Amino acid sequence: MLEMMAFPFMQRAFLGGILIALMASFYGPFIVQRRLAFLGSGLAHGAFGGVALGMFLGQEPLLVAIPFTVLVAVAIEWVRSKTDLEADTAIGVFISLSMALGIIFLYLREGNASDATTYLFGSILALNNYDIYLSLVALLGCLASVPLWSRWAYATFDETLARVDRHAVMRDEYILLVSVAMLVVISVKIVGILLVSAFLVIPAACARLLSRRFVHMMWWTLLVNTGGVVVGLLASYAINVPSGPAIILVQSAAFGLAFLYQRFARSA
Amino acid sequence: MTSPVIEASNVTVAFGDVVALDGVTITTPSNSFTAIIGPNGAGKSTLLKVLLGLQRPTTGSVRVLGGAPEALDRSALAYVPQKKTFATQFPATVLELVVSGISGGWPWRISKAHRERALVVMEQTGVTDLADQSVRALSGGELQRAFLARSLVNTPQILLLDEPAAGMDMRGEAAMYHILCDYQSKHGATVMMITHDWEGARYHADQVLLLDRRVVEYGPAREVASEARLLSLFGHRGHVHETHAEGDSHA
Repeated sequence: MLEMMAFPFMQRAFLGGILIALMASFYGPFIVQRRLAFLGSGLAHGAFGGVALGMFLGQEPLLVAIPFTVLVAVAIEWVRSKTDLEADTAIGVFISLSMALGIIFLYLREGNASDATTYLFGSILALNNYDIYLSLVALLGCLASVPLWSRWAYATFDETLARVDRHAVMRDEYILLVSVAMLVVISVKIVGILLVSAFLVIPAACARLLSRRFVHMMWWTLLVNTGGVVVGLLASYAINVPSGPAIILVQSAAFGLAFLYQRFARSA
Repeated sequence: MTSPVIEASNVTVAFGDVVALDGVTITTPSNSFTAIIGPNGAGKSTLLKVLLGLQRPTTGSVRVLGGAPEALDRSALAYVPQKKTFATQFPATVLELVVSGISGGWPWRISKAHRERALVVMEQTGVTDLADQSVRALSGGELQRAFLARSLVNTPQILLLDEPAAGMDMRGEAAMYHILCDYQSKHGATVMMITHDWEGARYHADQVLLLDRRVVEYGPAREVASEARLLSLFGHRGHVHETHAEGDSHA
């Protein structure tokens, strides 16, 4: 099986997948603990609107999708904070809007829109060097936000206490959402719009079942995410199935095991 | 009692047409224990939020330790919230909760020094045995004691508590008053506490602030927290017992 690593596309797949897994492991626990699991999906649909706009404008789709999706993230948070609407409602509104815009952009674009399906389903085996560089830049952004971990975790635990301790909770929240938006756009190429939220949600949900401390939840998320990429890619090569879904099936299997562990072993 | 620690001057807070506080003026000295009493919707929690710098007054001014509440050093003031608004599904231990009070952030790792410092106050509030317990697994009274430990860990000059005895049994409530009075006298701190417990307020507090959007009365606990005032404000006598009224103030 090691011969697969001789292929440059496979090397890029492993590298790109692990980079995304690292970043998703950093942000995922915050998304899950803030009950924003739906956000990843919402931002991915926002990314679809951005990708379609990029195609319509004849520009690199991901480069257009990044500011577009960041704008959607800011709009979701802004509407949520300025109204009595719950986050899932605000996300639902912007999912629909982004998808509608995306479909109109594709309709207005000359030529067929079949290449848009690449972004719907993703293809980790089709990553190029440019995608890897983009992921590395995003990783640098992720590393730059490490000092915010303590503040984000604190506000996730109790927003009021964080405010009393003079944290700029709203500003930190926007930084988190913008960071997640950028991660989602970059991940779209790997697993596609339809499955992108899996990296953010499934490993963190699995980790939550296994953890009594938030910092442990981060480590479990990292293990399940990176393990999911490695095992998923190996499995997809071995049994010849699409790589993105294979990764998610591995993550889901880990979640199932964690559920069984919590249900039976821990309560025993 | 010496120089004022908290000064609120003609503070009004309005949310649209709803006036939560109406021209509240109070001056609280250092080394004092003030109980805030009033009916539901009297603006008690809003007043604490103003003092914490979480809510700007619509009109009027507030000074805490001589400056704006927003500019106050976080370690000088501690707060125990009324409704424990924390995310119950957040994986956290009691020790982490208390240590978060030291740094004002969630601990990635807990240093030996922070652990020892936290354990000292946890001992005082009786939650040492719960150090590794999940916060979500605590009973109401245990939770209050854990949050109380968190509030004391920085030895703040000002302690603001919003119904800290909620969920506690009688023994727990008595222990809490003992801890607060002991802390106040030992550190010369200013304690301000919202409570519905007239009896406890009259017995333990130096001053009582009767609040019903505006200041109904503000003065020595024995005078203000009387049966007559109780009747006029709430329309019933509550639980004031003369046995305590006749004794000496604890503080």
